[in-house]
Amino acid sequence: MSDMNQQMTARYKNNFLKEIEEQAEMGDWVKMCMQCGVCSGSCPTNFHGGWDHPPQELFMMIRAGKRDEVLSSNSMWQCVSCYNCYVRCPRKVPITHVMHGLAEYAYRLGKAPKGQPTQHLSKTFWDNATKYGRVNEVKLTQSLYFKDGIGSGIKKALEMQSMALGLVKAKRLNPMEAVGGGHKCKDLKGIHAMLAKARELEAKRKGRQPA
Amino acid sequence: MTVATNQTILVVGGGISGMTAALEAAETGKHVVLVEKNPYLGGRTAQLYRYFPKMCHPTCGLEINLRRLKANPRIQVLTMAEVTGISGTKGDYTVNLKTAPRFVNENCTACGECAKAVSGEIDDAFNYKLGKIKVAYLPHAMAYPQRYVLDPAILGTADADKAKAACKYNAIDLEQKEESVSLKAGAIVWATGWQPYNAENITPYRYGEFPNVITNVEFERLADPHGPTGGKILRPSDGKEAKNIAFIQCAGSRDENHLRHCSRFCCMGSLKQTHYVQEKYGDEGKSTIYYIDIRAIDRFEDFYAKVKANPNVSFVKSKVARISEDKDGNPVCWGVNTEGYVRYSNPHDMVVLAVGMEPSVKGVDIPAEVMADSSGFIMADPANAGIFGAGCATNALDVNRAVQSATAAALRAIQVVNKVARAEA
Ligand SMILES: Cc1cc2nc3c(=O)[nH]c(=O)nc-3n(C[C@H](O)[C@H](O)[C@H](O)COP(=O)(O)OP(=O)(O)OC[C@H]3O[C@@H](n4cnc5c(N)ncnc54)[C@H](O)[C@@H]3O)c2cc1C
Ligand code: SF4
Ligand code: SF4
Ligand code: SF4
Ligand code: SF4
Repeated sequence: MSDMNQQMTARYKNNFLKEIEEQAEMGDWVKMCMQCGVCSGSCPTNFHGGWDHPPQELFMMIRAGKRDEVLSSNSMWQCVSCYNCYVRCPRKVPITHVMHGLAEYAYRLGKAPKGQPTQHLSKTFWDNATKYGRVNEVKLTQSLYFKDGIGSGIKKALEMQSMALGLVKAKRLNPMEAVGGGHKCKDLKGIHAMLAKARELEAKRKGRQPA
Repeated sequence: MTVATNQTILVVGGGISGMTAALEAAETGKHVVLVEKNPYLGGRTAQLYRYFPKMCHPTCGLEINLRRLKANPRIQVLTMAEVTGISGTKGDYTVNLKTAPRFVNENCTACGECAKAVSGEIDDAFNYKLGKIKVAYLPHAMAYPQRYVLDPAILGTADADKAKAACKYNAIDLEQKEESVSLKAGAIVWATGWQPYNAENITPYRYGEFPNVITNVEFERLADPHGPTGGKILRPSDGKEAKNIAFIQCAGSRDENHLRHCSRFCCMGSLKQTHYVQEKYGDEGKSTIYYIDIRAIDRFEDFYAKVKANPNVSFVKSKVARISEDKDGNPVCWGVNTEGYVRYSNPHDMVVLAVGMEPSVKGVDIPAEVMADSSGFIMADPANAGIFGAGCATNALDVNRAVQSATAAALRAIQVVNKVARAEA
């Protein structure tokens, strides 16, 4: 069990709803759900199958204290942020944001499902963006293409070749960024200090031990 | 000629609530002026086929009130009239009214010859525009006053002359004009009732686009023998018998994007309407109610239990997310059933949206300062002085509760004019 997971289990004991309300971003909306089902019925992903639980069910499971099932669910990672549910919810629950809040929290606890592709994308994006204070598209694409090994990476790169060339021509992609670290944001120290401060504030607000 | 003084009670709206308030006040000896916008009294209650809980015809309840009304010389009824301005204070109001021309006077015997003589047609407002009526018409069979109306569209057409020529009683007066009247009143009862929420706003349900998606108020008219289909439950698209009917609860109610409140009557309304399906088609008629939770409050619980025991009625705990249409014109309901979180996409012959109640005062300026809640219903507030809300103008209510509310409003109004009477004595 991760340290943070141990910490949270000890603090909230059997009150998983409270845990989500205090620890997951937007989690305090969960109690507003009246179980009407509009979100689940409106979710395009849900109707494609492959979801462990539609959003409505996740919210009920949170209230029922099904901690492990919720945190290890793949559903939050399947959300494509189409916002269909959010605009239709009769209670104005910001479902899309709750889904992402749950995903992020599960990830921090080390409970999120392993090898999940959207999780990989998020992590790669985050590392890429925070390292130099800006997203390096060439490196981001590379690490995504080659995530499953060299062979499939080359194949994907070839498939996308004409689009990449188009982007280069339109000055949307600079191949020189692949050389060295690519170009960085001017005040890199400042960015890192800002992120550290944000982390500190979040830990304080949520009563967590600073990471 | 309308005679009114500071001891007069003005009642605005001649639905079941306004009629009740007027009668209660007049039967204690007060002078009452009842103002109704439509050419007939009864309001939305008259547009129901049957009403819960006893499943009697509304005309029966209205009939009793009409008899009391006809017997009471202290009530003056003004139809096709609206209030345009209120000034003054509690105990001393001046009210301005505008009356639209009916083009038919008191001589009318409702013989119907004028309607036979004309050919022009207009939308049938009483039947929620589900059909057409002639430009010379009786709003509905039991209308009070039993007097025909000529639609203004008839003016200047050949139909106008034909109607006039057909009338043997010299009842048609094409010279009638809109009139403005002003009168005094000590207290005012505001009983303008409700209107169905506009279902077109609920875009995933495609009302107005799919002909077989209709509203609960329209369904009342389809079931009524006096309605546009003669009481047969037929699909608007192809006239096919609609035997497999879906009811979608909370269509526009309990929804931050539409009406915030629970409209209170619509669960009972749909439970009642499953009786219509059973009555017309027996065991072949199937009803499916899609709901969040059924709110059949207090004494209506029995009614709910009986409907639940009917094997031809099924309940799906889910608010339908969207409706599509298949190649046969069947509306298909899509969603996830909360009991088990199972996805469904069910075709039906017809979908009835249980649309909620919106106060009809909403968006209409009450020509005075009146306190309303966030949904637009009139509140009981001392700031309203001598103006009292009654019936569905104050809340989403069924007939029984609307009548109770009207009686309460009448009592308050009576107290105001009693005070005026004592001061003037
Ligand atoms: C589908 C459906 C089924 C229902 N079934 C039942 C049932 O089975 N049993 C039951 O108890 N209840 C039922 N109800 C509820 C019932 O219709 C209401 O309780 C009832 O109509 C309330 O009466 P009211 O007089 O307050 O309002 P209304 O009936 O709306 O009357 C208001 C009157 O005021 C007039 N008016 C409006 N504005 C003005 C103005 N500015 N100036 C002058 N006049 C004006 C209107 O023309 C109308 O005549 C049902 C409702 C619906 C939608
Ligand atoms: S649409 Fe909103 S209220 Fe309905 S089940 Fe989803 S989150 Fe809950
Ligand atoms: S925002 Fe996410 S959860 Fe909501 S409907 Fe779209 S995919 Fe589904
Ligand atoms: S207006 Fe004349 S013709 Fe028409 S119904 Fe009345 S009495 Fe008959
Ligand atoms: S009465 Fe029933 S259908 Fe109507 S708004 Fe309330 S819960 Fe919904």
